[in-house]
Amino acid sequence: MKLLVAIKRVIDFATPIRVKPDETGVETAHVKMSMNPFDSIAVEEAVRLKEQGIAKEIIVVSIGPGQNQETLRTALAMGADRAILIDTDQVTQPLATAHILQKIVERESPQIVLLGKQAIDSDNNQTGQMLAGLLNWSQGTFVSKIMLEGETLQVTREIDGGLETLKLKLPAVITTDLRLNEPRYLSLPNIVQAKQKTIAVIPIAELAVDITPHLEILKVTAPEKRRAGIIVNSVKELIDRLRNEAQVIT
Amino acid sequence: MKILLLIEHDNTVLKSANFHVFSAAKQLSDTIDILIAGHPCDSVIESAQKSFPVQRIRVADAIEYQHQLAENMAPLIAELAKEYDMVFTAATTFGKNILPRAAALLNIAMISDVIKIISADTFIRPIYAGNALTTVKSRDNIKMLTIRTTAFPAAPAMRNPNVIIEKIEHVIPDSLSEWVHEELTVSARPELTDARIVVSGGRGLKSAEHFKQLEAFADSMGAAVGASRAAVDAGLAPNDYQVGQTGKVVAPDLYIAIGISGAIQHIAGMKDSKVIVAINNDPDAPIFQIADYGLVGDWFTILPELQKEIKCD
Repeated sequence: MKLLVAIKRVIDFATPIRVKPDETGVETAHVKMSMNPFDSIAVEEAVRLKEQGIAKEIIVVSIGPGQNQETLRTALAMGADRAILIDTDQVTQPLATAHILQKIVERESPQIVLLGKQAIDSDNNQTGQMLAGLLNWSQGTFVSKIMLEGETLQVTREIDGGLETLKLKLPAVITTDLRLNEPRYLSLPNIVQAKQKTIAVIPIAELAVDITPHLEILKVTAPEKRRAGIIVNSVKELIDRLRNEAQVIT
Repeated sequence: MKILLLIEHDNTVLKSANFHVFSAAKQLSDTIDILIAGHPCDSVIESAQKSFPVQRIRVADAIEYQHQLAENMAPLIAELAKEYDMVFTAATTFGKNILPRAAALLNIAMISDVIKIISADTFIRPIYAGNALTTVKSRDNIKMLTIRTTAFPAAPAMRNPNVIIEKIEHVIPDSLSEWVHEELTVSARPELTDARIVVSGGRGLKSAEHFKQLEAFADSMGAAVGASRAAVDAGLAPNDYQVGQTGKVVAPDLYIAIGISGAIQHIAGMKDSKVIVAINNDPDAPIFQIADYGLVGDWFTILPELQKEIKCD
């Protein structure tokens, strides 16, 4: 079985976000970038499926500029077999991303596509669902457990208030949630080995996909800043203020 | 302008999220229809009639929609959406699962987690877990959006005595996926993303046993329980307690952070809370920079005192 994992390069989760003064976006120059954490979970799950003998080959794909090769290398060091970079300087919105991934799926014919449930930059939580819709495949979103049972995939989903289990006909699109697994640390031998693996670079024009944004970004602003409040001296004072000043408890 | 609102329900009750979505839709139009898909939907239709003063209640009641799976819900919505200018639903796991798929079928964009409506085509939504806000303008003919329920008030229940209830006869089969079962957390505690008060613990609590004490305190206040990623990583609390950029985003009336230093990733998930209380023994902890009320000290002695004070009255 062939697996395709889509990964996004984002500002590292531990880096403070600074909005540009001209309100066109957030500062990305000289900022630490890394793989979207939910996508790391998707890569890890693919590698585990390979280790269990369920998957034969893992292909990772990313859309973006040349620097994305670094992120793809990380996935290769985790255990992916080969990588594809869809080379573009334009930021693609989820619908365009889904159309691009659809083309890659048509080329590679994977049985399962894995993606993080959302990217921690744009926070859309759309691409996997859109891809499944375009392909007319089954979808398992926010997945915390995967089990292959013959020709079907049994997945457990994290839904508001609990868990839901579905049986999906293959091929399927899976989006990963936090509890699915804990991504491994990279070992030095694996990092060295990953350098030998191939990254195919495909110029986006070659795919003939319309990536015109459907949403115009008018501006990006900083949210209202919270100001520090006061330090209270005792539990009694705290309770008194919560009750009478803030009026959030009775 | 015509708006279709996709109702979230469990075939028995309407989810409270619908009332927030309705008030968001109401900001733009009085011509609102709702869609109820499921099986059997009779009690949901009945409560919807008493709750939403809409023109039409469109009902897709068939065994195929019983579990509201995305694979056949999306084409149902995409088909109906062509009669409307906008489609609204809640930014819950329900809405997030279905609406993007429906949008893709129409080759239109979807706008997630809207926190403010500027006009019929322009919306504000948070990005970077709320560390930035983006104002987006849709170029599509049909706008599909999910509403962050904490950003809009709940609309009061009202009735339109002339409401039309219309059954959708054409049923879309689902041959791709099958519902197996669900385990809903049976907890007396309110849900984290829905609670009025959240009590969260960090690594400062040091052990899972200590975390239990925090849970007991939360229960005494009728609060939901959260945790920082550090606490989850240290094994003090389960992962579904996690509040932060990689966990849940919450905005309760009162957020009490105990033994949480205030890493960026945690603050991203709770900074929209109305009132934030921080209890930490390190006076330099970054959490104090965003807390409305800070109390410096050992949680171990503070917690029992808090519990006692609250119980007193």
